[in-house]
Formats: sequence, C-alpha cells, structure tokens
Amino acid sequence: MQITATVNGTEVTRDVEPRVLLVHHLREELGLTGTHWGCDTSNCGTCVVLLDGQPVKSCTVLAAMVDGHEVTTVEGLADGATLDPVQQGFMAEHGLQCGFCTPGMMLTARALLDRTPHPDEQQIREAISGQICRCTGYATIVRSIQWAADHPAVRTEPTGAQA
Amino acid sequence: MTAVEDRPAREANPAATATDRPIGFGRIQRKEDPRFVRGKGNYLDDIVLPGMLHGAILRSPMAHGRIISIDTTEALAHPKVHAVVTGKDLEALNLAWAPTLSADVQAVLATDKVRFQGQEVAFVVAEDRYAARDALELIDVEYEQLAPMIDARKALDPGAPVVRDEMAGRTDNHVFDWEAGDAAETDAVFARADVVVTQEVVYPRVHPAPMETCGAVADYDAVDGKLTLYETTQAPHAHRTLFAIVAGIPEHKIRVVSPDIGGGFGNKVGIYPGYILAVVGSIVTGKPVKWVEDRSENLMSTSFARDYIMTGEIAATREGKILAVRTTVLADHGAFNATAQPTKYPAGFFHIFTGSYDLQAAHCKVTGVYTNKAPGGVAYACSFRVTEAVYLIERMVDVLADELAMDPAELRLRNFIRPEQFPYPNKTGWEYDSGDYEPTMRLAMEMAGYDELRREQAEKRARGELMGIGISFFTETVGAGPRKHMDIVGLGMADGAEVRVHPTGKAVVRLSVQSQGQGHETTFAQIVAEELGIPPEDIDVVHGDTDNTPFGLGTYGSRSTPVSGGAVALAARKVREKAKLIAAAMLEARPEDLEWEKGRWFVTGDPSQGRTMPEISMAAHGTVELPEGVDGNLDAEVTYDPPNLTFPFGAYICVVDVDPGTGYVHVRRFIAVDDCGTRINPMIIEGQVHGGLADGVGMALMELIDFDEDGNCLGGSFMDYLIPTAMEVPDWETGHTVTPSPHHPIGAKGIGESATVGSPPAVVNAVIDALEPYGVRHMDMPCTPARVWAAMQGRATPPV
Repeated sequence: MQITATVNGTEVTRDVEPRVLLVHHLREELGLTGTHWGCDTSNCGTCVVLLDGQPVKSCTVLAAMVDGHEVTTVEGLADGATLDPVQQGFMAEHGLQCGFCTPGMMLTARALLDRTPHPDEQQIREAISGQICRCTGYATIVRSIQWAADHPAVRTEPTGAQA
Repeated sequence: MTAVEDRPAREANPAATATDRPIGFGRIQRKEDPRFVRGKGNYLDDIVLPGMLHGAILRSPMAHGRIISIDTTEALAHPKVHAVVTGKDLEALNLAWAPTLSADVQAVLATDKVRFQGQEVAFVVAEDRYAARDALELIDVEYEQLAPMIDARKALDPGAPVVRDEMAGRTDNHVFDWEAGDAAETDAVFARADVVVTQEVVYPRVHPAPMETCGAVADYDAVDGKLTLYETTQAPHAHRTLFAIVAGIPEHKIRVVSPDIGGGFGNKVGIYPGYILAVVGSIVTGKPVKWVEDRSENLMSTSFARDYIMTGEIAATREGKILAVRTTVLADHGAFNATAQPTKYPAGFFHIFTGSYDLQAAHCKVTGVYTNKAPGGVAYACSFRVTEAVYLIERMVDVLADELAMDPAELRLRNFIRPEQFPYPNKTGWEYDSGDYEPTMRLAMEMAGYDELRREQAEKRARGELMGIGISFFTETVGAGPRKHMDIVGLGMADGAEVRVHPTGKAVVRLSVQSQGQGHETTFAQIVAEELGIPPEDIDVVHGDTDNTPFGLGTYGSRSTPVSGGAVALAARKVREKAKLIAAAMLEARPEDLEWEKGRWFVTGDPSQGRTMPEISMAAHGTVELPEGVDGNLDAEVTYDPPNLTFPFGAYICVVDVDPGTGYVHVRRFIAVDDCGTRINPMIIEGQVHGGLADGVGMALMELIDFDEDGNCLGGSFMDYLIPTAMEVPDWETGHTVTPSPHHPIGAKGIGESATVGSPPAVVNAVIDALEPYGVRHMDMPCTPARVWAAMQGRATPPV
C-alpha cells in the first residue's frame, strides 16, 4: 500500500507492506537509523519518535498508520547546525553513554518540554518512565532535561515537530 | 589521600572553548557525544552492505530433547529464501561444534540433542528480515522430549538426566571443582572461634541485557578469501584469533570491525553461534549476511550472569574481630561451559571473597555443574565474579553483625585492612595494591548522616514503619593480566596502544580495547593530553577495527583504563622522550639539559629557549638533522603487561522504606563513595558509577532469569525480565577518595564495574534491615514485593 507522511518536515511517499512496523520503515526504507530497536514488547522505548508531536514507540506503530501524519525522529531534532537545547543538555550533563536509548529519551524530553516548559524532577522521571537506559542510572538524563528547561533561549523550532 | 563529595556540575557549558578546558585530566564533555545526540551513531544494525541478506535462527522450544528429524523443504521453497543451514550441514564443514572460552565445546547448531530452551537449531538466510522470520515457521523439526536437568542442586544426584551425554564416557553433570585458600588452616581457626555464623546466600541468574542486542554482518570475499566481520564485540582482536582457529580462515584474512556498541556489560565478550552462522551464511550465499538477535533471543541464549548458590561461614570473636571465612559454592554453568574468564580461574576471581577485611584464614571451594539452561556465567559487569564474592562477604558480615548485635558499620570499621598493611597479601593469593578504607567509609557515613538515619529508623520502628539502612564496603580486583598468570584461551591478557603525532602536532591513538559507552574516545585522548600537552580535541582515538589497531584482549572486567590506559600513557611517554631528543637537536642543547612542561621542552634555567610539541613534530617529519638513532616520525607503540591487578574500593549506603502492607521496597537514598585511584574525567567516572548503581538496584529488587520445572525460561522478554526505570531509582549521592595504584603508570584503578559489584549487597542489606522487626536474618534476591511479603510471613525461599 502507498503512504504519504511528513517525516522531519519533508513529505515522503512510499509503497509499504501493510505489516511493516514504523521503526523498520524509518530505518530501512527511509535510512533514518537514529531511531533504534531494542525489544519486541514495547517495553524499552529505544524506538520512540514523535507522531504529531506525541512520543510513540515506533515498534508498536505500523508504517501504514502514519499516512497523513507528521513524524519527527532524532534526525529532525536539530535545526541545521543548531542543536535543540535537549541535545545540548544531554552533552552538558552526561545524559548518555552508549547512546542507544538517547534518541528516544531526547524526543520524549522534547515533547515534555513543549507541554511543560519547567518540569520538576518527578515530572521528568514520569515522562521517561516508559523507556529503559542501561548505562546512566537516569540521574544525568534528568539533569540533562533540566538543563534544557533552564536554557530555552538556545531553542530553535525543530523542523517537523508540532508544538 | 583526599576525600570529596561530588556535586553535579550544572554550570557545564557545552559551548566551552578549548581554552576553557583542561588539557589532560578533568571534566570535559565527551568527544563521541555530538554524533550520538544527532542520531549519527553507527551501530551494528545500521550497517547496510550492497546485496546484503538477512539471517534468522530457529531455536529449540524445549530445554532437553533429541532431534529426530529436520525438514527444511518448505523453507527452501520460500521465494525470498537463499539458504537454510542445519547442524548436519555444519557437521560436513566440521563446524557443528565450536570451542568455548572455557576449554569446552558448544553446539553452533544442534545435531543430536537440544540442551536448553532457545538453543540454535537451524539458520535461514533470506532477502529481508521479515522473510527470514517467515521461513523459520516453515521448518519442521521433530523432537523426542527428554527429562530436563533444571535444579542445579540435583545435578550431581545419581540418576540425574545427563546434559552432555555426547561426551565419551560422561555419566554425570560435573564440570569442575576448584578451590583457593588453605582448608586445614581455615578449619583450625573456625574450631577455636567464639562465634561461627552460617548462611546460604543465592546470587540468582540475571542478564546484562544491553539495550542493543547482539548481532553480526559477515562479508566473505571468495576471490581473495578475506572475511570482514562486523560484530557487536567487546574484544575484536581476541575474536579475530578465535575465528581463525574455529573457522580455519587464516588470521591475516580476517578483519573484525566492532562499530558503536549499544551497551555491553559483558554480554558482548563471547562468540555466539549467530556470529558463526552469519559467516557460514555469507560463505554459502556469496553475499554479505546480517544477523541481529531479537530481545528474547538475547535474554534466553546469550551470556547470562551469576547463578551461584553459596554457603558462607564466618568465624569471629565475641568482640567482633573477624577471623576467617569459608564457603562452598554450587555454580550453574548451563548446558555448555562457555564462561569467559582467565584459563587458570574456572570460578573467575571469586576468591577475592575475603573482601576488605584483615583475616587469619580463608578457604573457598566451587563446584560447577551442567544444567539444561543457556551457557555463559561471566557477564553483567561482574569483574570475573567479584560480584558474587562481594555479595557473599558483605551479606555475611551483616549476618554476623546481627548475631553479635553490633552496628554493621562499626563491625566493618573494626575489621578493615589497615593502610600500613598495603600491599596486602590476602589468604587466597591476591596482593591488594593499595587502600585506605576507613576514610572512605567515614565519608559515606558522613554524607548519609548515618547516626541521624539510625535515630530516624528507631522512631519509625516504634511507629510500625519499616525503614532499612544497608551498607556495603567492597574491594574489586580488576585490570587482568599479568599475562604470565592470566590468559583467555591461551592469549595473554595484555593490551597494545600506538600513539602517532602528525607533523602539525595533532595526534592519533590506536587502542586494542573497545568502548561500549564508557567514553574511550574522550578518556584515552585525555591520557595522551595529560602526557603530551596536546588538547584532547586534537587527538583522534581509533578502536574497534583489527586492521587498524594493535593487538590486545579487549574491554571487560574493568580493564580498559588499568591495562590499555597503562599502554597509552607509556606510549605517550615514549613519544615525549623522543620529542626531547629532537628538541635538543633543534635547540642545539644536550637532552639532559631540557625540562618538560606540559606540551613543551625547554632549556633548564632559560624557559624562553624551548620548543612546543607542534614545532617538534614538524621537525620530526621535516628536514632538521635528527640525532643518531632517531627516525623521522613522532610515533610509539607499547604493549602493556600489568605487573598486578588493581584494587578499587568503595563504601555504599542504601536507605529503603518497605511498605508493610505490600512488601514493596522504595529506594529512598543511595550514597556511594568510590576510590578508583587517579581520576581522569570525573564526569565519566560519575556516569559509570551511576549506571552500576542502577544495575545493583535492579538485581537486588527485580531482575531474574528463572525457569519452570520443565526448563521454560520465565525471564525471556522485557515484560518478564524487569529492569529499573527512572521511577525505581533515586538521585544518586556520590563522593570519592583518591588512593592511586602504586604500580599503574598513571595511578588509575578502573571504575567500570565497581558500582555493579558493590551495590547489590547494600540494597539487600537495607531490605533485610528494614525487616528486622519480623525477625528476618536473610532473604535472597530479587526482593520483589511478593518475595519480601513471603519473608515477612517467615517463608523466605531462594529463587532457585
């Protein structure tokens, strides 16, 4: 079947098998390998992308379901050379080690900050509680998101994301 | 020694320029992060080669069964399938069985029997991953189900099902007996002790479960016979050598590339059947073949961790002086003995179970057995089973404190090895390099507000509330070799490093170890920067490619900084000495008249007369007449053979609240004071500690790979194998002391596994402390609500 979606601000049309998962469509058909895959059961959240601005686990979304919708992946988070404050925060506060869960964590953080510009620690922890990180023990991820909340001025609107 | 409480550096500025940053050791942002935050990492599954096919593995549905027949006709008829490989096909290539890292063999694809649920039975190569999975369902395997050997405690019973009956003459499930220490001397000390406490302590089977599962892309070029193998491996050089031995491909025709690794924790040390099958698939089809396991395959078939049933005993005086420890251990090794550890040590470094205490005697005996479970055993940041050792001793010290009605902190303080006793020979053959334990313990107690916590606990107990305070003081042994004592399948545990300074003064350092997230690209650049005064951002770190890096054994057991860090520092010093000779020639001075300041040689007494590293490196490659014996470059290579292991240590305090109505454990606070010797990048060290602490909370409270009586794995997905999220862990409170290693070139001891090793007993001790009103002296991990509740009712049972 044919689908048309806006991915990171660009409209793309592709023929897809009805059973293909969004994560595989993004990675293998669109070459957007920043979105990762980590489990089969919707538990780990390494595959999180934004669907119309909301975080979704792309291993639990069929590619066919994004027809007519907007998808933002980690590749769409920066505005050209200008990194999103979330990306800067993760570097400043050591919010990543192996980097595998990082794209999903950052996209969830972006959606949280769009909704709640000044979240407290508990709100941040709840926001990322559907995602697993094996490296950081989460404290530095929380600090990274706080850093981004504290530095909104360096924010530029990421392409393709809805407020 | 200095003692410091760490504080998060909120002020860190990502826009900081080179002039703001330390040239050498200190907190700097990671050089690898810009690509990761942009989604530009290059992980195994991101690799796409022209014409690449996809492999998938058919696995055993049962724990123990005889294969009657395998029919692949329908799968082969699938229009997108290029090949189906079975054990019989591999037998023809003499590849059905492969040597393990522990002098055993493991089935690549089962031929006679399946020996654990999830074992590899057939391999399909197809045009895409969906088609490969479809074809698995078209393979028809007929099994005769056999009685499974699941309970390790019954593995040596007469008449127990024999897991490895393919081995000639084998009639039982015994793998090995191994012991350390002096049994007679230990028994004698026990016989005259005032107090002896005994406790069975189970460290159940858990799994490293990195977020990226294991995988490989094999690309065999039939024309020149060269195999390029992209693998999720922590040890690319060791894998190359082993592939040469296993597959019979000459070693110079194998290139192993380990790309960005999405977490390892020991899961990516072993050589798994899937890697070998990808190679076979590429040879058979003539095309590159990618194989990436799914999460259930990862949890059910690749290297598990622990699975030690330990009976510990401590002998002490009535006043609380610990005299001796002894233990017997039953070790469940699964269906194949595939643990990855130094050859001489079938129980790894478990014999560091004497802990941080000055003892008169110690003895341990470990018996390994086969069961119908997945192979493995040394993984999950365990430092070759120091995890099990630390858990045993730190749990036992608390049992003793309970017996003596002493405060567990006080009991530890009374028994520490004293600073003047280092280097300290323990009773099982180790020589602890350096330590000063009491200030570390005192700092943790001060940060925790220990006395105030005990007062709060007393008040809460009076009100019927359950609050627990748990302590763990651990000593690690990491950084294996020395190579004369330690090898992996005959390969000495040393590591190489090569430093090259380019004409313009920029540099490249090539490593034999491989990062899985530890930040090697930053840390190793900082070591070179510290030694040569070249800014870290001007130093490229190359690793993970056997064609472009010197030989070495790889990253596990917290050995990168202790071993490769030594190699890098010494290689940089060789460069510095060579630079001195060239600078002397440039300055027309004698080398012995030159002095070094970071980045520059100058004439003693006349600092204006000097040459910077870029000036020297340009001269080294230029037209300056070089001194005799100095060739025209500024390069050096070192293979570092460590003279001893390093012994990081730390004091951890955990505070929990237990819900008396449900048994739910809330980790309220966790205080961690680590001493890893010289600190290269405090930010990275703190991150390593944080991650390990979360591991510890996970193992203590929720992580478990268990089996039903038929051998079905009950922890085979992330719905069943529970890992802490941000909701289950607190904001960590970290501090540090600095006691450098006396034998390491920069005094660093390693930090990667300290927290995973040290934290589980702190959490479990806290839970048991909380349950004191219920008379609970011990319960085994994981402390899930149901298991805590059972313990409160007097029905604590081991998980296996």
